[in-house]
Amino acid sequence: MLLNAIVTGASRGLGRALAAELARHGAKVVLVARESEDLHAAVAEIRAAGGEAHAVAADLGDKEAIHGIAGAAAALVGPIDLLVHNASALGPTPLKLLLDTECEELERVLQVNLVGPFRLSKVIGGGMALRGRGTIVHISSDAATNAYPRWGAYGVSKAALDHLGRSFAAELGELGVRTLIVDPGEMDTVMHAAAMPEADRATLARPSEVAKKLVEILFEQRFENGARMSIGAAS
Amino acid sequence: MRAASAPRERKERRLLLLDRATGNVGDAQLDDLPSLVRPGDLFVVNDAATLPASLPARLPSGAAAEVRLVRARDDGRRWQAVLFGAGDWRTPTEHRPAPERVEAGARIEVAGLPATVTELSRTSVRLFELAFEDDTDVVWAAIYRHGRPIQYAHVPEPLALWSVQTAYAARPWAAEAPSAGVPLDWSLLSALRARGVDLAAITEGAGLSSTGDSALDAALPLPERFEVSAATVRAIEEAHARGGRVIAVGTSVVRALESAAASGTLRAASGETDLVIGPGYRPRVVDGLFTGLHEPTASHFALLQAFAPRAQLEAAYAHAERGGYLGHEFGDTNLIL
Repeated sequence: MLLNAIVTGASRGLGRALAAELARHGAKVVLVARESEDLHAAVAEIRAAGGEAHAVAADLGDKEAIHGIAGAAAALVGPIDLLVHNASALGPTPLKLLLDTECEELERVLQVNLVGPFRLSKVIGGGMALRGRGTIVHISSDAATNAYPRWGAYGVSKAALDHLGRSFAAELGELGVRTLIVDPGEMDTVMHAAAMPEADRATLARPSEVAKKLVEILFEQRFENGARMSIGAAS
Repeated sequence: MRAASAPRERKERRLLLLDRATGNVGDAQLDDLPSLVRPGDLFVVNDAATLPASLPARLPSGAAAEVRLVRARDDGRRWQAVLFGAGDWRTPTEHRPAPERVEAGARIEVAGLPATVTELSRTSVRLFELAFEDDTDVVWAAIYRHGRPIQYAHVPEPLALWSVQTAYAARPWAAEAPSAGVPLDWSLLSALRARGVDLAAITEGAGLSSTGDSALDAALPLPERFEVSAATVRAIEEAHARGGRVIAVGTSVVRALESAAASGTLRAASGETDLVIGPGYRPRVVDGLFTGLHEPTASHFALLQAFAPRAQLEAAYAHAERGGYLGHEFGDTNLIL
């Protein structure tokens, strides 16, 4: 089955691995991330392996950028039938206690992790609903369900993103659009290193392993609409 | 008819009814739409997203100009386009100064990127083929970064790209909004479905409605890109088989569906269509039309005459005029059944 996919936060980490894995399965993939060498390297890597990939440089936290992401993506690969909300902002690092977090820092995290995905789903979900098919994936975190000191801003945004996914599932399920919420577990990524520099990297899952599991689940449609799955290395 | 001068919500939009069998004209609100159609009917919408088709340009002389994209010739590097001179939409198109003449082979800058004018049209020197040099990823990024929606003098405030999209837009093919569908939000679409009405989609790259160049305006509508899927053909056959009516949302849907039936039988089709529908044309596929209210002089009115005689339409429009209906892309709506 061919898919026209958008993966946000695709210049590195899980997003990059997911884009590569989807392309390996024949999907045409649009990689969205802020402008960087990493983004273009990720696209070049997929193309070198024989896949179809395109770069759309944009900031998910920028309202003006959303129609450009959706429009350029659809122009480049056709109507989108898989949208993966993977981009995340951690907020200030080293991670701060909530009482030390500036209001503007929380707002920025919510813009990227919650409002951006809402806007993008709003633009792309209508076309999916009209065609009667489509999948929207929310990449979440353990911090969405468990509260940890210094993870407040991020955790709040991910908890809200989870519920955004469940709410879209409740509204769009009968129109054939399915939503999946995924906790990928702890992975060896730049983001993880920024949040927990002292972590033992040997204990962390590799993004490519997690991407492989997730793409299998997506292609085999092995999930309930609106479900939340943990697919980390430990599972 | 007075033009609506800004985007309006679904709840503000009125619905003018025209019964083709009797010529009777009635008044309703857009929200009444589900009760005015029958279970088993099929609404066909145009899922083309609206491009930010108005792009800043710089001509070989250094003069600033505006390029309006009409339709893509490939994956986004080659376009048919129209050149406008100094100024912007606030000046009515027919009063805009003519742009300086650009020759075939000229290198110009469009949306900040180098481009070549590859061919001039015989219809007007302002209509030409344009080729970008960069990769498609770069071209699309520039179009969305520098482009804005095409708009006209009756709407004074600059339009945001989201105010000219339908709620189900999927592919950026339309130079101007397929405006009949813009007020149909998901609440109303769900109400139609709950009524037992089916929805299906075509994609049609609705083109420019006016350029102010009389030779060019006389040639409108230009050929447009369209696609009618096998799934939509099936939905139409099923609707007709159960006695339902096929109701086109907007004239672009009529053009696409009738083009796909040009051989006499409706078939899945994609490509470009130069079909122009006007008085005397007998629709093969479309039984009814949900559309906006536009100028009685426009090509829109010519197309409507494929559905109702001119006298009926004039009476309906006179009724709308007296009743204070608003026209144009953000205006009130019209159901012809």
